[in-house]
Amino acid sequence: MAVGRRVLVTGLGSFWGARVAQALEQDDSIEVIVGLDTKEPTVPLERTEYVRADQSYSILARIVKAAQIDTILHTFLVVDSTHMSGRALHEINVIGTMNLLAAAGAANSPVRHILVKSSSLVYGSTYQDPAWFREETPRTHSPRTRVERSLIEDEGYLHDFPEHNPDVMVTLLRFSNVLGTDIVTPMSKALELPLVPKIMGYDPLMQFVEEDDVIRCIEFVMANQVPGIYNVAGDGRVPWTEVARLCGRRTIAMPPVLTSLAAAPLDRLLRVDLPEETLALLRYGRGIDNRRLKRAGFQYRYTTAGAIESFAEASRLRATVGDSNPVYKYQAEVENFFRHSPAVVRNAD
Amino acid sequence: MAPPERQLKVRTPGALVHLPRQTPPDEGPLADPRLGDVDEWGRSEHIRELTRRLYDPLYRHWFRAEWEGLDKVPKTGGALIVANHAGAIPSDAPVIMHGIEEELGRPVYGMAEHLFKALPVFGTLWSRAGGVAAHPENAYRLLREQEQLALVFPEGTKGPGKLFQDRYQLRRFGRGGFVEIAMRAGVPIVPIAVVGSEEAMPILWKVPRLSQMLGVPYVPITANMLVLGPVLGLVVPFPAKFRLTVLDPVHFDVPPDQERYSKSRVMEEADDIRVRLQEKVYEMLRARKSVWFG
Repeated sequence: MAVGRRVLVTGLGSFWGARVAQALEQDDSIEVIVGLDTKEPTVPLERTEYVRADQSYSILARIVKAAQIDTILHTFLVVDSTHMSGRALHEINVIGTMNLLAAAGAANSPVRHILVKSSSLVYGSTYQDPAWFREETPRTHSPRTRVERSLIEDEGYLHDFPEHNPDVMVTLLRFSNVLGTDIVTPMSKALELPLVPKIMGYDPLMQFVEEDDVIRCIEFVMANQVPGIYNVAGDGRVPWTEVARLCGRRTIAMPPVLTSLAAAPLDRLLRVDLPEETLALLRYGRGIDNRRLKRAGFQYRYTTAGAIESFAEASRLRATVGDSNPVYKYQAEVENFFRHSPAVVRNAD
Repeated sequence: MAPPERQLKVRTPGALVHLPRQTPPDEGPLADPRLGDVDEWGRSEHIRELTRRLYDPLYRHWFRAEWEGLDKVPKTGGALIVANHAGAIPSDAPVIMHGIEEELGRPVYGMAEHLFKALPVFGTLWSRAGGVAAHPENAYRLLREQEQLALVFPEGTKGPGKLFQDRYQLRRFGRGGFVEIAMRAGVPIVPIAVVGSEEAMPILWKVPRLSQMLGVPYVPITANMLVLGPVLGLVVPFPAKFRLTVLDPVHFDVPPDQERYSKSRVMEEADDIRVRLQEKVYEMLRARKSVWFG
């Protein structure tokens, strides 16, 4: 039986889970899409089945077996540590992934491919870093922030997983910072401020990947059954001040010492929280080598500067017309009716 | 450059309309709407040009640098340049880089202590001017993939951090990492012996307690500081005459891109280069009649 036909997506209520599910729905060769989350989806989905599950995925093993899931897309790893307690982060990233892998690796599990959306945060950002991290390059300092620690722990589980489950393929994708038309991150919020914060005396090289390339990359890896670890980032690196200029913004300098103290009012006044890992990035930047994924056959549609431009255009549009998208509210009965009621005529046209 | 293929994105959370499947990527380069000229290493050709113009008088009239054996520096392909390192704020690095760029028209990328990157303002300028942090990954990329000239000082900070009384006595060559990098990158090592750097900024005393507090390798009290004051003395070198001699390049007869290389061979080669450089420096000192006029 071909793999990649019956798919489970974690974090359906989150940005990435929803985006991935929407993209998969358009692929007719995918028979079943099941989405897990504690929250209801915030986007309309046509045929994805939403299952409410707690963060520890206790019912995952049963769902996987019942729906004969062959591919798990684990998109629900938290990489934005703002406005989230360290404990919640640990529960989602570490305990959640552990349970997910345990369910996927259970005896007679139908799962054949696990794809995990991780982040280039696992490389850290310090002054001793190389200009580019390859997938094998070790980080230069031990992680100091919770989100980095949790992602590294996850990768440890994933590293061990194939040893006990040799017939399950594991793909680990490390995405650099994402910019695009819709995603909201601490970085995108900072770039929408009238004056973009920078750290005095530093102008680090930043690397971004466009949100469409993220989705396309996940689809690519699923369709082509590509195992292994891959960096995902747009070509080129752009200095932070130029990033701000591309967004049509001027910068304001924060002091190079006690920077987190200087950044704190931003959170209080403007709801722009710059966590420690983002401040490190604004000081030293980070580059990841994206060539392995290209060699595997993936073609990017945006460079780093292209991703920034895509964000800047969407940001200008929003500034003019506001967020005009109609609000969607998930209603279980309605969704159930369209999916399962005998009254609905399928393939009417 | 082709304009990016724009499409109306409606797969936003809350949007009711779905996008059609994306068209396959069109051929040709992706749009890269840059505003500045800073490349992926952080170099800016404008700043490099400006630095060259500002440094040239110093190179020609202050240090009056003179070369011997410049033809031994390869005209094409990657090569790792190594040299002895001296003077509190060492002038040998800019002299070698500027010299080869001027005389041979080939850029040389100086690889230095990571600490530079940690410094505000200076770290950014250094990177814009072409400085690269001395990480094996960076060296490999420069030498093997981009076939450039890279400059390293195997003594590290031990070279410029030594007292004036130890002048021209080469320190240990690290752990031979530079040899391993050259082997892995499949490039020759070109040693350059430099005379004049020690006298440009001699260290009289060091303040170990202060350097520990500041987290820097050394805090020097230089002769320049005694003459010119603490601030000016830190940036203005004495006009010592610079002489530079390029030694025969060392080619390693090993295949590139190996997982590891024989440690004993690496250490042997590193020590061999150190001895050759040391001997050449002594030879040049024997011939030198004046510190200031050569």
